[in-house]
Amino acid sequence: MLQDKDRIFTNLYGLHSPDLEAAKKRGAWHLTKEMLDQGPDWICDQIKASGLRGRGGAGFPTGLKWTFMPKEVRDRPHYLVVNADESEPGTCKDREIMRHDPHLLIEGCMVASRAMRAHKCYVYLRGEYINERHALEKAVKEAYEAKLIGKDNVNGWDFDLYVHHGAGAYICGEETALLESLEGKKGQPRLKPPFPANAGLYGCPTTVNNVESIAVAPTILRRGAEWFAGFGRPNNAGTKLFCVSGHVNKPCNVEEEMSVTFRELIDNHCGGIRGGWDNLKAVIPGGSSVPMVPAEQIMDAYMDFDTLRDLKSGLGTAAVIVMDKDTDLIKAIARLAYFYKHESCGQCTPCREGTGWMWRVMERMVKGEAEHDEIETLLDVTKQVEGHTICALGDAAAWPIQGLIRHFRHEIEDRINQYRLPRAMVQGAVVAAE
Amino acid sequence: MSDDLFKLNVDGKDIEVPRAYTLMQACEEAGAEIPRFCYHERLSVAGNCRMCLVEWEGAPKPIASCAQTVGDMRPNRDGSAPNIRTKGAYVEKARNGVMEFLLINHPLDCPICDQGGECDLQDQAMAYGRAGSRYDENKRAVEDKNMGPLVKTIMTRCIQCTRCVRFAAEVAGVEELGMISRGENAEITTYLEKSLTSELSGNVIDLCPVGALTSKPYAFNARPWELRKTSSIDVMDAMGAAIRVDAKGDGVMRILPEVSEGINEEWLSDKSRFIWDGLARQRLDKPYIRENGKLRPANWGEAFAAVKEALSASPEKIGVVAGDLIEVEQAKAALDFFRGLGVENTDCRPAGAQYGTDGVRERYILNGTLAGVEDADALLLIGTNPRVEAAVWNARIRKAWLWADLKVGRIGEAADLTYEHAWLGDGASALANIRNSDFGKVLADAERPMVVIGERALCGEDGAAVLAKALELANEIGAVKDGWAGFGVLHNAAGRVGALDVGFVPGEGGAATADILSGGMETVVLLGADELDLSNLGNSKVIYIGSHGDAGAARADIILPSAAYTEMSATFVNTEGRVQMTSRAVQPKGEAREGWAIFRALSEVVGKKLPYDTADALRAELRGPEGESTTFSGLGFAPGAMGAEALKTPITTPSTILVTATFRPVFDDFYMTNPIARASKTMAECSALASALDTPVAAE
Repeated sequence: MLQDKDRIFTNLYGLHSPDLEAAKKRGAWHLTKEMLDQGPDWICDQIKASGLRGRGGAGFPTGLKWTFMPKEVRDRPHYLVVNADESEPGTCKDREIMRHDPHLLIEGCMVASRAMRAHKCYVYLRGEYINERHALEKAVKEAYEAKLIGKDNVNGWDFDLYVHHGAGAYICGEETALLESLEGKKGQPRLKPPFPANAGLYGCPTTVNNVESIAVAPTILRRGAEWFAGFGRPNNAGTKLFCVSGHVNKPCNVEEEMSVTFRELIDNHCGGIRGGWDNLKAVIPGGSSVPMVPAEQIMDAYMDFDTLRDLKSGLGTAAVIVMDKDTDLIKAIARLAYFYKHESCGQCTPCREGTGWMWRVMERMVKGEAEHDEIETLLDVTKQVEGHTICALGDAAAWPIQGLIRHFRHEIEDRINQYRLPRAMVQGAVVAAE
Repeated sequence: MSDDLFKLNVDGKDIEVPRAYTLMQACEEAGAEIPRFCYHERLSVAGNCRMCLVEWEGAPKPIASCAQTVGDMRPNRDGSAPNIRTKGAYVEKARNGVMEFLLINHPLDCPICDQGGECDLQDQAMAYGRAGSRYDENKRAVEDKNMGPLVKTIMTRCIQCTRCVRFAAEVAGVEELGMISRGENAEITTYLEKSLTSELSGNVIDLCPVGALTSKPYAFNARPWELRKTSSIDVMDAMGAAIRVDAKGDGVMRILPEVSEGINEEWLSDKSRFIWDGLARQRLDKPYIRENGKLRPANWGEAFAAVKEALSASPEKIGVVAGDLIEVEQAKAALDFFRGLGVENTDCRPAGAQYGTDGVRERYILNGTLAGVEDADALLLIGTNPRVEAAVWNARIRKAWLWADLKVGRIGEAADLTYEHAWLGDGASALANIRNSDFGKVLADAERPMVVIGERALCGEDGAAVLAKALELANEIGAVKDGWAGFGVLHNAAGRVGALDVGFVPGEGGAATADILSGGMETVVLLGADELDLSNLGNSKVIYIGSHGDAGAARADIILPSAAYTEMSATFVNTEGRVQMTSRAVQPKGEAREGWAIFRALSEVVGKKLPYDTADALRAELRGPEGESTTFSGLGFAPGAMGAEALKTPITTPSTILVTATFRPVFDDFYMTNPIARASKTMAECSALASALDTPVAAE
């Protein structure tokens, strides 16, 4: 279990003030100038050595990503864009950072900007995050007033930070759609390549990072890469914010070591599963877009990227959605299918047409109003969407359904059988009466 | 292997292609067929239909070949060329899936769809689709959008390829089309439900790979397989765009663009495309003679007798004016005929024109060529609005401005050209002072500047001085040098350059258009001349030879009906000096005859027989002696930079004073520029809509 002294987000629950003074007491903005003075290569090397993997879902090594930026600023400025469009169902970690520990994020933005030679950073905030916006803007103002950021600041690296409020579209959390939206266009993913490090915001070299990835960076640099790398199993280093929701006794956000087992996570922080461990049915371990894992496979699994990948799921954003045996899994997945149908941007064919198709079939399957061979068709449709789209939303829409069919096909079949049973009898009765 | 070439293995075949190629181009180079909907070679890459997926061995996912640049690909780990497969189960499955998705919400109403028979979706569904449907849910329906009188929309058929959106934004330069909503609710719309304020809006019909955007005037008129297709040349402006005339029976059913890289690429202006209903209306189908103030139908014999009598006037009292649409054959035959009668009062230019009489062809054609604007780095437009005078060329200027950073400056009444340009002033004084302006510096610094002068600017009282000044400027800024002839005249009439080329200008001591029409002539012959001020003709006897009952015919005393451009194989020379030929798609209406044949027949009536019996014989005479290079000896060829030498000689004019205060537009109404357009209902609708847009709403 992660000890308090090793927590990065020491004000995760808002028990203390988010203000600059209080944040400084908790360690923010400590030795920032010294870190910046070490130069970009040192920062990137430290982050690489820490083994930090992106916290936004894909788990790409953050330090490596930063090194993709051009080594010199030529005719085009470099930009850092922070993805605070946290819209993945189940995920609620970034908002706590922005509400209660905004200075860690701001400091992180500065450090990361130094690492990629950027003087400007945009934080793209989810449309629905009104309070988070107020909190973050307040903190930015404080930082400007204290000359921690801005022109000629005390840290010696000219740096401006802008908070941009989105309009509430899930797809704008996809990095290139986010850039489009930031540029004032319709939020639709771009074709890659070119990747943002080459041609991102306004065609300039850009790196897009998740809030958590950025916010942990200063602490890693302060405490050393080895400290951070000391948590978790190899290749899954560090501490991580888990957002546990669903059928646990005390749903919560908690910072834990990577590779904590699911059982420890739930027992230590969430007061156990509602109705006990025998009542656990399935878990979506990484936000709505990863396939669910049935109880017996997840119970003692390590919560990290590689373990969950091997379980044909993923750590994603570490938004753990726990479902007990009262859950109508088909209905739950149908609801997610509706979400993806609603949030598909409509740009490319498989996602635009496929999400609607999948949702409609799922809705019928909730009632059991389907044929048995439609399960196979549905699975085939998900495979036709997966991997054929411009961005990963198509995959995200396909995976929950694939997970359901992989592990709970029998439930769907039962539902279909059940639906037929009374119908047949009613029809029989009508025929008999004539 | 050279640095700019990249090796690929496509379906087992090794090829080497330039790094800038897309994977789709590379596959095509290797002979593979790649299906596509959203990709269009003249538009930006959208990559959204996902039909062009191919397999890249080792890649986790199929690759959208239209969006993958070959130069961005990596060789295999062992250094061998990446293996691409465009066939096989993997690719077929992917395409099959995309095709199924495209069809689930498509209405499949092919039997009542105008696109049927020439529909990309239909064709590709046959080739790549599955035989049956697995989709049992309700299909989505989308409300149709009003897109004006030209484009009919059935938006349920739309597959959201966004070709039309990209065309409007990139080529037409009007951001009036877009996709709203998202996911399966996404719709293509004009936002405000009105027609595009573009002269090129009809092209979205060709671009639409399905039947969502179809031609409104053509709706339900014919099936593509019933049509007789004839390649021809457009005469609605002086560009001479390549067109295909589709006819059924004796009617032209529609006109489509054909690819002509040097001229119209593959676009066509709305006027050229939708003019065809004007070909069936207001036609002169028999000769007429005016008796007691009223025109009565006559036969050719009577008409010729009346003409003979009218032409018995003294040659100094006979004037001949050729109109905007005159074909070279008619101009040649008419000129030979009237010179034979001793008539020197012949002209093909608008009233007041002060150019084209010195015999130097380079001074009245667009030497820089239409395509040449893409090589230019600065363009000066004098007294011309290409958006109205040559809409398709305007799109090409826009293309060069958008993608190649062409700098454009313009002198003339301010107008929206769909691209940014430096507006330098209204009139000729701006031309005199141009060297002192900011744009003057741009021109001076440019490597390949281009100066284009509108014909209208040469028709003021200082026309000759304007031409001389412009040529002087062109030489000063280096627009005329070896290999680059960046000076030229942009014409607005299809027949003008051809008529000038045969010498249809006043002869020795002859009168020009303005004098011919001023009432001093006993007999005035109008060869389809309707754009001129005919109100001062006084008591002149007017013979009108033309295809449509318009201004000229209304004033005429004798009317001889001639064929329109779709009804004859005739030569036209475009503004670049490119000699091209139309083809006969349908028969001339009624008793109408080709223009040259009328004069050939007439020449016998008046006893001065012309020396050619067939159009071919006439053309042979035009071409001159065998083996000699003359204006008409080559077809489809624009002289371009060959004109540079002739342009180096300055023009000497009696007066160099520039006085024109404002270069007015040639046309007040883009849609109503010739008799065929004025006979067209479709053009009338467009014109009414366009003028309604121009009129400010008083009540607000």
